[in-house]
Amino acid sequence: MGTTRRDFLGMAAGAFAVAGLPHAVFAAAPGDRRFVVVLLRGAMDGLAAVPPVGDPHYAEKRGVIALDADACIALDHGFALNPGLKVLEPYYRRGELLLVPASGNGYRTRSHFDGQDLMECGLSAKTRATDGWLNRALALLQPASNRSSDKRLGLAVGGAVPLLLRGAVPVATWEPAGVKVADADFVTALGSLYQHDALFGPALQLGLKTQNFSDTVLGDSAPKGPGGFGPKAFAPLAGAAGKLLAAEDGPRIAALEMLGWDTHVAQGTTQGRLYENLSGLADGFDALAQNLGPAWKNTVVIATTEFGRTVAVNGTNGTDHGTGTAMFVLGGAVKGGRIYGDWPGLGQLEDNRDLRVATDSRSIAKGVLRDHLGIDSASLNAKVFPDAAALKPAEGLLRA
Amino acid sequence: MVAAALTNALVAATRFGYAPKPGELTTIAQDPRGWALHQLEAKPTLLDPSLPASPGMVAEFLRARQEFRQNKDPDSRKTENQRLRAVYLAELDARMHAAVDGDAPLQERLVRFWSNHFTVSCVRPIIRGFAGAFEREAIRPHITGRFVDMLLAAERHPAMLFYLDQVLSIGPNSPAGRRQRRGLNENLAREMMELHTLGVDGGYTQDDVEALARILTGWSIARLNDPNVGQFHFYPQLHEPGAQRLLGKTYAESGYDQGELALRDLAAYPATATHIATKLARHFIADDPPKESVQRIAAVFRETGGDLKRVTQAVIREDAAWKAFAKVRAPEDLLIACCRVTGFTPPAQFQAQTLRALDQQPFFAPQPEGWSDQAKDWIGPEAVLHRADCCESLAARLPNPPDPVTLADDVFGEALPDDAGQAIRRAASRREGLALLLASPEFQRR
Repeated sequence: MGTTRRDFLGMAAGAFAVAGLPHAVFAAAPGDRRFVVVLLRGAMDGLAAVPPVGDPHYAEKRGVIALDADACIALDHGFALNPGLKVLEPYYRRGELLLVPASGNGYRTRSHFDGQDLMECGLSAKTRATDGWLNRALALLQPASNRSSDKRLGLAVGGAVPLLLRGAVPVATWEPAGVKVADADFVTALGSLYQHDALFGPALQLGLKTQNFSDTVLGDSAPKGPGGFGPKAFAPLAGAAGKLLAAEDGPRIAALEMLGWDTHVAQGTTQGRLYENLSGLADGFDALAQNLGPAWKNTVVIATTEFGRTVAVNGTNGTDHGTGTAMFVLGGAVKGGRIYGDWPGLGQLEDNRDLRVATDSRSIAKGVLRDHLGIDSASLNAKVFPDAAALKPAEGLLRA
Repeated sequence: MVAAALTNALVAATRFGYAPKPGELTTIAQDPRGWALHQLEAKPTLLDPSLPASPGMVAEFLRARQEFRQNKDPDSRKTENQRLRAVYLAELDARMHAAVDGDAPLQERLVRFWSNHFTVSCVRPIIRGFAGAFEREAIRPHITGRFVDMLLAAERHPAMLFYLDQVLSIGPNSPAGRRQRRGLNENLAREMMELHTLGVDGGYTQDDVEALARILTGWSIARLNDPNVGQFHFYPQLHEPGAQRLLGKTYAESGYDQGELALRDLAAYPATATHIATKLARHFIADDPPKESVQRIAAVFRETGGDLKRVTQAVIREDAAWKAFAKVRAPEDLLIACCRVTGFTPPAQFQAQTLRALDQQPFFAPQPEGWSDQAKDWIGPEAVLHRADCCESLAARLPNPPDPVTLADDVFGEALPDDAGQAIRRAASRREGLALLLASPEFQRR
């Protein structure tokens, strides 16, 4: 490891935070651009995913679950990649993976369920939000007059639509079939039975449309059986999402979920539960990229979690609910191969226990929505993140 | 029979039960509220006494784990898994039959409501053998008893102590904590306040979570070499010594009692009454229930010291709870209702597969907050297709399919709209007619 203390001092001063670069503005709809959001539910330990092995306080404050620098993949500025993520090393080296090591949202009370709601609705304070920021972004990309023609812009992978994608714009859902597909006559009769039902009617129509579409695209390669949202189930789901997104008339924006990050007990280091999760995640990213094929070069993926975990190991070789975490930004359109954002260091902690947040995850989202999907800043502030106008879009995330 | 009485009977049968068995609707129509209230008088059923009790299952799990660690014999693990699968299916079948065949379906609804409130999930495989026992032992006896008794039973149950990591938590200054590097785990303490009692807005802080975690150290399960193996056990050598300050009140060091006192206080805070009342109102009234209803139910909770029979009576007395079709059925609710009206309960294996495909496999909730009680979390494009598939494949399995038109009258009285009635009459086959009845927007709601 070539990291010195000076690197960290430099980072704290924001030496490698990229200053405002010029960026393209797209007035038209996103066209060929793909955008995928991966929700990591349960609070991923960012300090294990992208360990700051060069931070002078890291080993001492983490205790037995500190990763040994030699066991990790060295990156820049004293950061490393967890060995579970080794599949992503080529992406980093090719400049397609950007890591944000001290990210978080505006939320500080450490409840999973509130934290996830806020991560998805994109607001600073707990409110009765009923729609998600990604759906509000879809509304800007797809004017109300076009919605009835269903451009299949948005897709939720894995059954129910997460809050992130709920809202005014109808979105499609896709998951591996667990039960046989019902008889066509029955479905037709059901269609007329549901036609006046505001809840079941539109859901059935969209469901049938998606089913026909995904059957055509996936054919026999569709993963079988509902496999849940754990580490083994994620790669097949992400791979299927990649195929659907790659299709000419397929969706352009998708949300995926992966559970199991709440590592209170025996989270492990170079093996164990967290390692398994991270390798499942990396395999999923890889499957998504492979199946997107040439479309990968027009793709941005962000993976985010509700909050991070305590810096110190807890009494059961795990970690408890914390604050700052790490975020992944990847894709052929990303200007990656870098660590992004300030590093607050582990010397002074939030509430004496947690990594501080240096980069609000919504700045990253804003930067991608503006530079990748062409939504102007005024609309982002007015519609997508209405109570976070003060947060500037992150600059220079994408290739010019 | 006047239409209004039949409509009230339908609400009673579906809201304070699951669905009317054929012929039941006219009986209920004589006094719908009375029918609902009367169900609370019966003693809760504890299911088949031959189902295995938790101490034995826990002991066996501990023994199997020890053995596997010593000899790493994959065959013994395979046998063990098959045995656990059989126990799981037997539990599933017993509770399904209680809901489908019994005459107090409101009690079964309450069992599932409270079991979901105190979620334990086999997503943590170590509790596979006794998740069903948890519901029978900690939930069923208390559904019309006192909330605090259910709280104590649930938090002390091995399934909960394992599921939320309490068995691993050690006071850092306890004799054991000073000897080894392990220490506090705050998982149970946090979820107890956030999910089981006060609610996330209940006014507690991170310091309170840590204080409660310290108070609870020592709460564990008797190990293999203890005489009461597999049962709740307080280990003083794990307990963090000293007084603790929780929610502004000081709890003197008193070993096990320190925790029980804290739980008794948590059950009595007004925030707990409001949290429970909100969840009950969401289940029995509407996804977004009227504030006034919540306040009235919470007041009864506070005034009666959490007497759940009185609290449930207060829910039944709410006029808002008598609006037909106000709630969408969650998947398990739908399957039970299908079985009740058709008089056919498929084998446990089919129940498990179907509910898994519909994302509500019993005892497998993805997170400690349990299943959602709101339509928006259950009805999406794919989910609607899966629900329709489930109705059709159940209709296809009926050994003696009844006449769909007669059944529709039996199930809905006069509440079924003309177009649904017509679709059922015009169906190409008896099987399709039955599938349409079960999949109709009215039957999908309660």
